[in-house]
Amino acid sequence: MTSAAAPSAASYPATRRRLDRDDLLMRAGICLLIGWMLVTLVLPLWWLLSKSFQNQNGDFVGLANYVQYFSTPALFASVWNSLFIAFLSTAIVLPLAFVYAYALQRSRMRWRGLFQALALIPILAPSLLPAISLIYLFGNQGFLKGLMFGGTIYGPIGIVISQVFYCFPHALMILVASLSMADARLYEAADALGAYKTRVFFTVTLPGAKYGVISAGFVIFTLVITDFGIAKVIGGRFNVLATDIFKQVIGQQNFEMGAVVGFVLLLPAVFAFAADRIIQRRQVALLSARAVPLIPKPAPRRDWSLFAFCAVVGGLIFAILAMAAWASFVTRWPYNLALTLKNYAFGDFDTNGWDAYWNSVVMASWTAVIGTFVVFLGAYLLEKTRGFAWGRGVAQFMAMLPMAVPGLVIGLAYIFFFNAKGNPLGFIYATMIILVVNSVTHFYTVSHLTATAALKQLDAEFEAVSASLKVSLLRTMARVTVPICMPAVLDITIYLFVNAMTTVSAVIFLYSTNTKLAAVTIINMDESGFTAAAAAMAMAIVATSAAVKIAHVLLTRRLDRTTQAWRRR
Amino acid sequence: MPENNVKPSGAPYLRIERLTKQFGAFAALKDISLDIYPGEFVCFLGPSGCGKTTLLRAIAGLDIQTSGRIFQADKDISALPASGRDFGIVFQSYALFPNLTVAANVGYGLVSHGVPKVEIANRVVDLLRLVGMPESGRKYPAQLSGGQQQRVAVARALALSPGLLLLDEPLSALDARVRAYLRIEIRRLHQRLGVTTIMVTHDQEEALTMADRIVVMNQGVIEQVGTPTEVYRKPASAFVADFVGTTNFLPAVVVGPGRVRFGKIDLACELDIRPGPGHDVTLAIRPEDVVVRNVVATAANTFTVRIAAIEFLGSFCRVELSIDDAKPALLADFSINVVRDLAIAEGKEMPITLPPDRLRVFPRAPQEP
Repeated sequence: MTSAAAPSAASYPATRRRLDRDDLLMRAGICLLIGWMLVTLVLPLWWLLSKSFQNQNGDFVGLANYVQYFSTPALFASVWNSLFIAFLSTAIVLPLAFVYAYALQRSRMRWRGLFQALALIPILAPSLLPAISLIYLFGNQGFLKGLMFGGTIYGPIGIVISQVFYCFPHALMILVASLSMADARLYEAADALGAYKTRVFFTVTLPGAKYGVISAGFVIFTLVITDFGIAKVIGGRFNVLATDIFKQVIGQQNFEMGAVVGFVLLLPAVFAFAADRIIQRRQVALLSARAVPLIPKPAPRRDWSLFAFCAVVGGLIFAILAMAAWASFVTRWPYNLALTLKNYAFGDFDTNGWDAYWNSVVMASWTAVIGTFVVFLGAYLLEKTRGFAWGRGVAQFMAMLPMAVPGLVIGLAYIFFFNAKGNPLGFIYATMIILVVNSVTHFYTVSHLTATAALKQLDAEFEAVSASLKVSLLRTMARVTVPICMPAVLDITIYLFVNAMTTVSAVIFLYSTNTKLAAVTIINMDESGFTAAAAAMAMAIVATSAAVKIAHVLLTRRLDRTTQAWRRR
Repeated sequence: MPENNVKPSGAPYLRIERLTKQFGAFAALKDISLDIYPGEFVCFLGPSGCGKTTLLRAIAGLDIQTSGRIFQADKDISALPASGRDFGIVFQSYALFPNLTVAANVGYGLVSHGVPKVEIANRVVDLLRLVGMPESGRKYPAQLSGGQQQRVAVARALALSPGLLLLDEPLSALDARVRAYLRIEIRRLHQRLGVTTIMVTHDQEEALTMADRIVVMNQGVIEQVGTPTEVYRKPASAFVADFVGTTNFLPAVVVGPGRVRFGKIDLACELDIRPGPGHDVTLAIRPEDVVVRNVVATAANTFTVRIAAIEFLGSFCRVELSIDDAKPALLADFSINVVRDLAIAEGKEMPITLPPDRLRVFPRAPQEP
């Protein structure tokens, strides 16, 4: 029977679990992760912030720089310009992407796969590409210039159209995901109750996708307000925050004012990020395990209307891409339309020539490899470490932080931090290493969320089982966790590669003559009037990203057949 | 019901002393003490949230207790991490590694212990034979049925010959037929290996059929520890009487030593009644203990009832007996034989007896049944 010990007043002292080797390793890992985040993100941002309170001699001047900023109309106007562009672009992209996503997920329209692939292509391109295309179409020598009715594409119109093109696939991916899950039973119930189609849409479809729409809105807003390339190429005299930072830092060498603008730019991005997180926290799973997947029924009128819509939107996307591609092969626009490859002889337009392209490939490859390693390992440690709540909390917060920090701001912060006198890490300044570290940090959050989502799908007891079998977690990670998560790991690698390949904003302050990147060269060549060469470089980037993406699809398919055989019955 | 072939005797194999577990302000385990003897099959039984899984995870070292001590084979394991303890575990989800074959799953722990390949292969074959799946080594878990996955999980848990086998609701993900079959299989396996086993379950039938001893838990405390027969026949509390099996609860008042009054009826009961006369108590009697055959009208605890309703349940009938039209009605299980012989039908009045040795008396707490 029970040893019903006579209850005594004194009970045992609290038990503290002894740590095993895995615990120690994982805690050390989390500390390393925190250290990495401190050096690559937190300390640079701190340097940036403190720089904004200093004068050129490094003396503390309080809010003087901010006072000057807000009392200089030419600078302050950019805030409104940026917000205006961001709101307008969001208002245009959101409905377009929603209808497009709806057509892909909830209709039986033809060629859905083709439309989806087409709409996602802009992700593979630098944001500069649509701006260059628009210049060819509507610029001073554009063949559709007449359509501008005397207006100019250089300015808000050009920026907004380019942003719409650039942000569309980002919004589309989120909306497609949120529309992909639907419980057919809800629709059957609505049908049985005799609800009209529009009523069903507003009472079932839209509420189900609500969080996706909100999230997409914030993503577009943040992308637009922090993007640098588009405004640089097609903005003309229309100043936005992102170009202001560039002008202050590169043009006027006024680092302190650059820091102020950087901080101002950080605010809307942080705000959008925080608001999105708070709203998403309210989201509860709408789909129970018993949900019946919705399979749309054919409805010719709806399907063909949506087809027409997608054809127009997809057609425009295609036109912008095709324009850049065509321009990159034209001898001398618009006088000599004979096709040529000489625009691809980059050495004729920029001292770095093809080296810049290869620099980009090397940088993107390293970012992909190192980034995947750090991100996945980090996510694993945060998911699987037992106890150590404060360490995990701090690291988790730091992993989410990069999402809220615009690339330009990170780049600028890196100048201040790694260029500071006495920084023992100063040796990485102006090397390939700083570009890689910067890119890994800049794109950390999305990759981290992908890895975390994949890890959360695993049975939470795998680690308990390996502990009971006296197998180290490291071994279980290698034999079980990583193989199961392989598709997500590859997704992260590709995401990092493509983004590192196309980014401008994060690296514009950090390249040196030896490490100039392809996307930066586009801006340089465009500034020097070599627009065709700029288009050619943009196409080279698109082609590379696309090739990698196709290889990824093929590899994933192969992986599905071989290592993921266990997924099938 | 299994025979009580293991008499708790000698030194306990697992000794739990004053274990508590706090989750913030919520106490999941309140001062739990329990001894488990070598070779025993013990079931932790209780409703969800009663602390049974928390206790199991504390024993495994997966979620360490807030305070208290655990000794396994005379060794203090209270603060050891799971990797330092000696146990095998089967989870409700089985947690089989989906990307490894059945053989690799079963041999998972052996590979890391430097056992030669040939030996591992032999051991895996033995283990798979032991759980009745000798042919399945090359398959992946997804290719197996739920019951087969469960057996693989058991084989994997046994691979390192642990001194303690922990089963966390191992059968609840299966359908009724497979569950009934595997109940016997696990029990048989236990008898063959003699490994001390603890199984967590919320299913009283599972506990009654499989366990040597049952630990009934509720709201973080142990309500009763005993053999299935003891727990069923002599529930230590109204909670146990209600949770295990079906029980009638009748409000009554103590009128004297060994006597209580239920409505207008005076009843004798064998047990000493702790509260004195005038105290409210709850009487408990199982439906199958209500006697209706050969009732002598003058015998103790005999009175007349009216048959209010009859529910046919196959091998027996559950009958609602109305006592002076008072609520609640008394439930009684009568075999088909009895129903036929005594011509029991709705509306009929007849005498019944509540045997004093089958009446349990519990102090009445405000919210208890």
